[in-house]
Amino acid sequence: MAASPIRFSIDGIAVEATEGQSVIEACDAAGIYIPRLCYHPDLEPSGTCRVCTCKINGRNGAACVTPASHGMIVENETPQLTDDRRTLIEMLFVEGNHPCPYCVASGDCELQALGYRLGMVAPRLPYQWPKHTIDATHPDIYLDHERCILCARCIVASRMQDGKTIFGFEGRGIAMRLNVDATGGLGATQMAAIDKAARVCPVACIVIKNDSYRVPNGERRFDIAPIGSDIEAKRKQAAS
Amino acid sequence: MTAGHATTVEAIVREFAADRTRLLDIIEAVQHQFGHVADNAIHAIATGLGIHAVEVEDTLSFYAFFDRQPRGRCRIRLSRTPISLMKGAQGVADAFTAALGIAMGETSPDGAFTVEWTSDIGMADQEPAALVNGRVLTALTPADVPGIVAALRQSGAADARLPNANIRSSLVQAGPVLSGELGGADIIRATLALPPEKVIEEITAAKLRGRGGAGFPTGMKWRLCRKAPGADHYVACNADEGEPGTFKDRVLLDEFPDLVFDGMTVAGYALGARHGLLYLRGEYAYMWDRLQRVLKSRRDRRLLGTAIGGREGFDFDIRLQLGAGAYICGEESALIESLEGKRGAPRDRPPFPTERGYLQQPTAVDNVETYACAARIMQHGAAWFTGYGTRESAGTKLVCVSGDCPRPGVYEVAFGMTVNELLDLVSAPEAAFVQVSGPSGQSVAPKDFGRRIAFEDLSTGGSTMIFGAQRDVLDVALQFADFFVAESCGWCAPCRVGTTLLKQGMEKIVAGRATLADVTATEQLANTVVRMSRCGLGQTAPNPILTTMRNFPEAYEARLQPGPFAPAVTLDEALREATSLRAHAPVTAEA
Ligand SMILES: Cc1cc2nc3c(=O)[nH]c(=O)nc-3n(C[C@H](O)[C@H](O)[C@H](O)COP(=O)(O)O)c2cc1C
Ligand code: SF4
Ligand code: SF4
Ligand code: FES
Repeated sequence: MAASPIRFSIDGIAVEATEGQSVIEACDAAGIYIPRLCYHPDLEPSGTCRVCTCKINGRNGAACVTPASHGMIVENETPQLTDDRRTLIEMLFVEGNHPCPYCVASGDCELQALGYRLGMVAPRLPYQWPKHTIDATHPDIYLDHERCILCARCIVASRMQDGKTIFGFEGRGIAMRLNVDATGGLGATQMAAIDKAARVCPVACIVIKNDSYRVPNGERRFDIAPIGSDIEAKRKQAAS
Repeated sequence: MTAGHATTVEAIVREFAADRTRLLDIIEAVQHQFGHVADNAIHAIATGLGIHAVEVEDTLSFYAFFDRQPRGRCRIRLSRTPISLMKGAQGVADAFTAALGIAMGETSPDGAFTVEWTSDIGMADQEPAALVNGRVLTALTPADVPGIVAALRQSGAADARLPNANIRSSLVQAGPVLSGELGGADIIRATLALPPEKVIEEITAAKLRGRGGAGFPTGMKWRLCRKAPGADHYVACNADEGEPGTFKDRVLLDEFPDLVFDGMTVAGYALGARHGLLYLRGEYAYMWDRLQRVLKSRRDRRLLGTAIGGREGFDFDIRLQLGAGAYICGEESALIESLEGKRGAPRDRPPFPTERGYLQQPTAVDNVETYACAARIMQHGAAWFTGYGTRESAGTKLVCVSGDCPRPGVYEVAFGMTVNELLDLVSAPEAAFVQVSGPSGQSVAPKDFGRRIAFEDLSTGGSTMIFGAQRDVLDVALQFADFFVAESCGWCAPCRVGTTLLKQGMEKIVAGRATLADVTATEQLANTVVRMSRCGLGQTAPNPILTTMRNFPEAYEARLQPGPFAPAVTLDEALREATSLRAHAPVTAEA
């Protein structure tokens, strides 16, 4: 028996989904960009950032963890949602220390790129100025906790793809931190620069040493096109 | 840790069959044995369970009652809530710090004492209250403190003559649910007389709705759970009772434990479940031994175990799980995560617990009071139950009254009672505002005292804090904002960061440094946190701010700075370090 197709609409556009797809997966395939931060297409979603929140059948829900279902009505680009998403990005900016102008990830950072895309001019929220240390114990990778947005990508990648479980969370609430599986720091773990976990960080928290300026500032992913353009290009292609 | 310690930890892991889902119990046992869980104990646990140390730390570091560093042998935790503070908790704290020569949060140099604040411990009707190594002290005054410290010094927290170590019965007014026999064989017999589907029909006909606060129809939940496919079905009882000002589940478990276990057994029969789990908040550890004895007695009477009530094939037993200081674990999916030995981070839905809950199996999570009601419904019938309350809200509610009120305690009242009628009943007609359903509920002003306690009007989990005219509504809202900062699980950005930013916004307002623009910004932020948070905690954490803004605008207006903008930090504050280094004040235009 062929499964009946799942059809739903997002901002009035009809989208088809396959069984088991989340709203964000189906929309990505259809070339419709839902802003997101913690979601990574290669990883199980954790739902930590809530940037992908849409109004789904009248109620807010995160698109990366909501299964697509037939007849769903999804609202994505509403002024209210854009405003709320921008506030979330601002919250993450003030929670950590993000000196974009001299950060190694500038132009490649998903947090920064979302700030631009969502129209964040300057954070209106008070900076928290947290104090974190840099973990430079690993020969090839450093961990700059100042930038960590606790998205859980590295945790999931290390556990599910690298089979290593090098990362975990520690503490709760505003005191929550990224933790590594050794008292001696990242250098005392089995972490390797070729691990998936080393390549999924959306910001400059997990940074591979001596690799950061291969692509010069000004020529990086989001210097060239706004975040989400690659997804939206699919739809434009299909239309032309 | 010596080799002997390592052996002890290994033995503890073995006692729980090296089962990773029992990590909470294992950490609990290690903490109990050594007073903290040291790094090498973490490694021994990880090795024993075949997991990584970072996973043990993930769970361990989440719960307020677990420590990685040694703390005092006597651990004094004073409850800090608006109610305890109005009853003099600050004076009691000062007496402890004076007697021990340490500040709050510190450990005495001899390692004998730690004294610190904790969130509400379920004793709002007998505050100031404290936990000392799991024992509960109530109705404390500064004058009691030297005697308590002396007794603790002499013979530790187990001392039988420890002053103030008694919990007064909180039940002031019993109604139909809390009257009559305490439960047992009759209720089980009446249940077994019906097929399981009919039991669910009876609960549905009684229009029973969840007493934990959300009011979900219990019959529907049970039906969904029963028909969900799964190798096993689970019945979970939510006794986390973390909402400040709530203590009815404590009364039920203290005084009517059989009625609660009856209700769980009824659910077990109705759902076709063999396993029940009761998640008891860490603050109620003092009940542990007694509840275990009640369970044992039920097994002896064939009310638990195999062939219950003589019915072949009806096997059901109940395990207790102790929590460890985390309000979020009352949220049903966080409770399930915690039952599985993990940090209490809620899950995204769907799937709902009724489809995939504990160990990914269909699970019905219900409140303690809900189970007590279910047991009574099986005893007296659905029509008896719907004879009380309103059309939408059948039956009665256990209301927990605390604060500026001469007769605090638990009152069983029919749904539909107005706030005014309740205030008369508890002899507190002068109330200036009432916090209904705890910090996550609403601040109700006198203009709304005609509203009714019912799911269709003022919905409540039971917490009812009464504040007289001498109390400051914004101070209370700030304390609640602080509570949510301490209790946010941290998983999602809007709640993790938002609760802290909201608290800071409230601090500025309460300090009289905010302008209208600040109040507006705080309100907008609060609404974003409501809309974007992942679970009920974040979605309700801004309520104290939003409901006071709505119901007490004059309290905000009175605190406002004129003008469009006031800086978050004053210039003097910002320059203090530079000023002290240079040893003179900055040169200004006027100077
Ligand atoms: C932050 C938070 C804390 C909660 N705490 C409790 C609690 O302590 N006890 C409880 O019964 N329900 C609590 N709930 C509600 C539960 O998620 C769930 O709805 C309830 O246990 C279902 O049982 P019921 O239908 O019998 O009310 C809480 C919900 C949230 C969001
Ligand atoms: S280190 Fe990077 S990938 Fe890992 S949680 Fe932090 S921000 Fe996410
Ligand atoms: S809303 Fe708060 S408590 Fe709930 S998941 Fe998010 S951080 Fe955790
Ligand atoms: S992208 Fe969906 S919650 Fe972060």
